[in-house]
Amino acid sequence: MAYSSKVLDHFQNPRNVGVLDKNKKNVGTGLVGAPECGDVMRLQIEVDEETGIIRDAKFKTFGCGSAIASSSLATEWLKGKTIEEALTIDNMDIVEELALPPVKIHCSVLAEDAIKAAIEDYKRKNGLLEEPSQTTEQAATA
Amino acid sequence: MDKRKLIYLDNNSTTPCDPRVVEAMLPYFFEKSGNAASRSHPFGWEAEEAVDYAREQIAQLIGAEDKEIIFTSGATESNNLALKGVFEMYARKGNHIITVETEHKAILDTCRHLEKMGAEVTYLKVNSEGLINLEELEAAIRPTTILVSVMWANNETGVIQPMREIAAICERRGVLFHSDATQAVGKVPTFPREVGIHLMSFTAHKMYGPKGVGALYVSRKNPRVKVTAQMDGGGHERGMRSGTLNVPGIVGFGKAAEIARQSMAEEAERLRRLRDKLENALLQLEETQVNGSREHRMPHVTNISFKHVEGEGLMMTFNQHIAVSSGSACTSASLEPSYVLVAMGLGDDLAHSSIRFSLGRFNTEEDVDFAIEAVTKGVNHMRELSPIWEMYKEGVDLSKIEWAAH
Repeated sequence: MAYSSKVLDHFQNPRNVGVLDKNKKNVGTGLVGAPECGDVMRLQIEVDEETGIIRDAKFKTFGCGSAIASSSLATEWLKGKTIEEALTIDNMDIVEELALPPVKIHCSVLAEDAIKAAIEDYKRKNGLLEEPSQTTEQAATA
Repeated sequence: MDKRKLIYLDNNSTTPCDPRVVEAMLPYFFEKSGNAASRSHPFGWEAEEAVDYAREQIAQLIGAEDKEIIFTSGATESNNLALKGVFEMYARKGNHIITVETEHKAILDTCRHLEKMGAEVTYLKVNSEGLINLEELEAAIRPTTILVSVMWANNETGVIQPMREIAAICERRGVLFHSDATQAVGKVPTFPREVGIHLMSFTAHKMYGPKGVGALYVSRKNPRVKVTAQMDGGGHERGMRSGTLNVPGIVGFGKAAEIARQSMAEEAERLRRLRDKLENALLQLEETQVNGSREHRMPHVTNISFKHVEGEGLMMTFNQHIAVSSGSACTSASLEPSYVLVAMGLGDDLAHSSIRFSLGRFNTEEDVDFAIEAVTKGVNHMRELSPIWEMYKEGVDLSKIEWAAH
């Protein structure tokens, strides 16, 4: 199976690889997937406290080319968005942008899950959740 | 990376057809295009002669008699014919077949099919080295057991099963022994009669011959084995496999067998040295391991897990230059990681991180040096991107994390 040029581009030049300080109050971290399933994504957002806009996003991903491209693209899209705007990112947007084949749709689902998990973590830290619930990151570091 | 030819290190999938083989085949497409079953004119005689000669070349490679070679379309058909053919032919004796969890799908799926037809099948487990336990094999044999089928060498790991010991058990218990020797024939000595194998499947395209032609060895004496034909037709191949013979393919298969017989010892030694060089260099990377027995193994294969790196992603870093295979789920449609590695007790995470390198006749030391550099670079790059590598380096116990399986 050949990869689309967009997947190749993100794979060869991944955007925003790295780590943000997860202890900072304005940083939200999402860790999704499992090594046994062949995919683990960690996606982080840093929110500008004054404007509520995501000013930085970083990722690291263990996975196939499509998983890496999906998370790279997600960090690109997150920057400059508000939390509410970020929540509207749908996995099918990623599928479309990267021209992922059906067998790789789960990579985009995982990227959407990572975005949602990072936002939830940010909201929890800042008392923005209506009902406190255990986040992925809490579970992941338990 | 420089723009150089693509290096092929996936010779267990298929081997390039040797140019000497291609040359031998060419006349049989046009100038000598007869049907080997045409008994009434020179075209037919010429084709029959060519097939007879190839049968002899192949028989010599495996120490068999000409008439013990049944031509098929490939190893999958040979495996189907052996298992289904024995099941039907020996139905009065029993319905129990013993095989192994790490067999090729051509065996496992044929067994599943036979189970629907009333067969009982025992799937032997393997240890962490990929080897079966001989006592378990012996204990599994029942009065109704008609066949034991164990592959000679595994396609993913190159692990070689104890063929002589298995044959001795089958001999003692009066059970037929079939081996899928697809990955072994032409690369290491495979003499079914001497070892005590009664049926043996193999194919041309894994030994530098053409695709689409294979053979089933069927012992003709002590014991005289028969299999029920799985295709009805003109009664070719002693009635066991009907269908007009693929004359050019068979000629090529014969030539490939002749070359293999002449060059096997030297080639195996050369490839062993190259494989060891590749393997030892890659094991210098942290957190890597060879999967399967290193002692009982084909000389040209190594299967390595690079922890905390996903196989398909890793391959993508160098697959513009180097062709290999991965046990990662992502390379298959099923999304399940390699059942062979999982059967050996590897966790799914390590199975996802595995790469199979299989060398062949046309690889050079330069290819191996290039591969060492490219794979090392790829592993380091992918680990930079890997959150679980980072956690491992920070001392996080990954097994304690409650991962959200998806």
